[in-house]
Amino acid sequence: MTDKKKTPRQVNVTSKTSVSVLFAGDSGDGMQLTGTQFANTVAIHGSELNTFPNFPSEIRAPAGTVAGVSGFQLQFSSKPVYTPGARFDVMVAMNSAALKANLKNLHRGGIIIAGTEGFDEKNLKLAGYPEGANPLHDGSLDNYIVFPVPILQLTREALKESGLSSKEIDRCKNMFVLGLLYWLYTLPFEGTMETMYAKFKKNVWMAEANIKAMKAGYFFGDETELFANLGRFDISPHKQHGIYRRVTGNEACAIALTAASRKAGLELFLGSYPITPATEILQTLAKKKKYGVKTFQAEDEIAGIVSSIGAAYGGALAATSTSGPGLALKIEALGLAVILEIPLVVINVQRGGPSTGLPTKPEQSDLFMALYGRHGEAPLPVIAACSPVDCFYTTYEAARIAVEHMTPVICLSDGYLALSSEPWKVESPDNLADITPRFQPPREPEDAPYLPYKRDARQVRSWAIPGTKGLEHRIGGLEKQHETGNVSHDPENHELMTRLREEKIARIADSIPLQSIDNGPLKGDLLVLGWGSTYGAIKTAVEQALEKGHSVAHAHLRYIHPFPKNLGEILGNYKQVMIPELNNGQLVHVIRDTFLIAPESYTKVQGVPFNEMEILTKITDLLKELKS
Amino acid sequence: MTDTDRTMKTLPAPLTAKDFASDQEPKWCPGCGDHSVLQQLKQVLPELGVAPENIVFLSGIGCSSRLPYYLATYGVHGIHGRALPMATGLKIARPELSVWVGTGDGDALSIGGNHFIHTLRRNPDLNVVLFNNEIYGLTKGQYSPTSKIGLKTVTSPSGVIDHPFNTAALTIGSGGTFFARAFDRDGKLLRAILKRAAEHKGTALVEIYQNCPIFNNAAFEAFATLDSKADNTIYVEQGKPLVFGKNKNRGVMLDGFTPIVVDLDKDEFSTSDLWLHDESDINKASILARFADDDSLPRPIGVFYAEDRITYEDALAAQIQDAQKAGYGTLEELLKGENSYEIKSAS
Repeated sequence: MTDKKKTPRQVNVTSKTSVSVLFAGDSGDGMQLTGTQFANTVAIHGSELNTFPNFPSEIRAPAGTVAGVSGFQLQFSSKPVYTPGARFDVMVAMNSAALKANLKNLHRGGIIIAGTEGFDEKNLKLAGYPEGANPLHDGSLDNYIVFPVPILQLTREALKESGLSSKEIDRCKNMFVLGLLYWLYTLPFEGTMETMYAKFKKNVWMAEANIKAMKAGYFFGDETELFANLGRFDISPHKQHGIYRRVTGNEACAIALTAASRKAGLELFLGSYPITPATEILQTLAKKKKYGVKTFQAEDEIAGIVSSIGAAYGGALAATSTSGPGLALKIEALGLAVILEIPLVVINVQRGGPSTGLPTKPEQSDLFMALYGRHGEAPLPVIAACSPVDCFYTTYEAARIAVEHMTPVICLSDGYLALSSEPWKVESPDNLADITPRFQPPREPEDAPYLPYKRDARQVRSWAIPGTKGLEHRIGGLEKQHETGNVSHDPENHELMTRLREEKIARIADSIPLQSIDNGPLKGDLLVLGWGSTYGAIKTAVEQALEKGHSVAHAHLRYIHPFPKNLGEILGNYKQVMIPELNNGQLVHVIRDTFLIAPESYTKVQGVPFNEMEILTKITDLLKELKS
Repeated sequence: MTDTDRTMKTLPAPLTAKDFASDQEPKWCPGCGDHSVLQQLKQVLPELGVAPENIVFLSGIGCSSRLPYYLATYGVHGIHGRALPMATGLKIARPELSVWVGTGDGDALSIGGNHFIHTLRRNPDLNVVLFNNEIYGLTKGQYSPTSKIGLKTVTSPSGVIDHPFNTAALTIGSGGTFFARAFDRDGKLLRAILKRAAEHKGTALVEIYQNCPIFNNAAFEAFATLDSKADNTIYVEQGKPLVFGKNKNRGVMLDGFTPIVVDLDKDEFSTSDLWLHDESDINKASILARFADDDSLPRPIGVFYAEDRITYEDALAAQIQDAQKAGYGTLEELLKGENSYEIKSAS
């Protein structure tokens, strides 16, 4: 294919450290694809990167409306970034609804690239602007730098000889935007060209049309006078030499389960039922058959976990993935897994609740359910991932604990981590912890009787799987006699077994690392104690507070039950402890109850993550109070 | 618990029923039909040529679900209604095991109804022994999804108004590949059917009419006593005409799609006019399944339907094998992924 060669005018290129960009448009505008392509290019360029897609729960919400807006936010930087950015510097708004939905999160003075066709009378009306009002012309955007671009018209011009139908041509308009953004940030477009050729292997003309639209966007930047004052930007690469991949939290969970099964020498079985925002774990593992992974899409959430219990009884590394409503359905079966004392990983990707709640939005409101949501005394370990990449390490750790301590483990993620992505330096198998199943060896008739509930020093029983000669035994949900595992209703035995099950979980604290301080002084005025996906916002806020000279530190919990042994000691080293959570205050209860301290609770229940500015403001307010 | 005092024998030395008895005393009521089912199972298991350590009995909740405790195999007594998905998970993970499920009409058809239909359509190789006593025993006498209309129980003091499930029709309608019916009291027949179920590759559903002497005594009396059995039941055998009656003088023939009972002595029909049983015919099996809804027809026992269809675990294993044609994925490959990229220089 040929492109019109024009000599680019000289445009200033300014170096910047970080930029946060939002691609926003109608659900049908292809913003997720555009954002993903941009993120891939930025990642390969070597930038630090964090992405977050934000889309409606409906597959096709009414076109042009605010409810139908789909966004993809990313921050890329020449220094480490932990969030997609509290606010964005640049917003692509394909239509007026996209602008309306997102303007509040654009920095004052930020850049708006507006697709003018999305601001016609019809679109303005659909977005709910009053009659006659058009933000592109009425001065309401005077605090921003606005670039109105007739994206659709320019795409149509570029592709008029492509032979594509007008509908197909219009669908390439996101590629025009992508090209324009590549130009703006002096990024190469060759990677996307390769992707297009790979994606449309059988329809080369389609690949070429997409590429042509992208290049048209790129060269539009060169040709137009529009950006003459703004110039272009350059974010220098940061990543060290190495092989990287980009993962979302859900992909990382799936990879971790597979990796853990390999390290443990076990077959992986995942019994699950599709549920937003956990579904990609099942989808990713369904594609891992090459690694021997067995996935089972069950008829419901209950069958998902119970089939996993069956597989675990058979000696597999078994897991089930779900979100809040699904965990609620699995809870009776979790009790069975607790009393059977078999390994099981339950990944709960939290979303806004109760009930169907906010299916596509993150929340941390299942902590209580994870910790306490069972009938009877049924303790089990609960751990939480704090970033997309950490979803790998935390899920891996969940599998290790499950197998080595013969217990179900709940691993918490959320809708934010699930769909966010960041670059991950490819891990070496040697760096992964060993996972050692404790299989009971076969028994000869003359050997001592097999005692299914005999425990080791850690109170862990052995794993006796069917097919092992001489170990035939029956277990079940009824209370068991200590050691023999026979059904027992004896009062003292029940109390003993309750205590032993509890002690087994408590002793896991012996095998987990001590809590560390992520950032800041080991003693000081304020400790910000977080868990889960709030990591990035807290990390960034504490960094900024430290730069301002505040006495503030950040500790982030992976192990919520049992807690690391030194947590109480750490909490005592600060005058105040602040606990930010995306719920109505859950960890704060547990901390208060366990350590008899009075932490400050800082909560947000809006279905959106904290941003660093909110946390920083809270930190400075609290420090002011402490001083007064 | 357990079978620790049992003498282990190595195959192929013949095992006996004793080898499959656990050290736990059955806690079912005296006279309960479950005792018979357990007895027949203990006799059939040694004939299967499968070592006890390769047999697993799983169950849900209810009287019948205590079954695993009394057999010297591996076993899990699970939670209410969930034995089938547990068995499916186990079978997928360990296809080489002989996996059995003990369940009841409440466990399988009420609380576990969803699992029942989905397990049948997927067809994992399981042997499902469904003890149907048309009542809830363990919770003391409430009606079940197979209780007859009008049955008075503690929760239906004015009589049951729920239309009951027809287990056979439900099984066949769900895409099940094997259905057989037997009686607790007819040990010989029960053994034969259990053996057939074990040999069937796929989900074999055996419905056992089982008497609960405490809460629903004599529910199956018409089919079970020597007096009435011959006239009220019909034993279906592959390739044989549907003949029944004390004097083998009655038969069932098809008038279009409608089964009718004829008297071979009085009516002008001979056995060659009768319906020939064909286990592979799903249409005939569907009609046979509906006999239970019509009191003028004898109640069929025996194997209604048997279809050879790939099992879930085999289909999955085939996909995995196919995916591994180009080699078994390594841990390095897994961690590297398919879209990794190299960054060559640091800033």
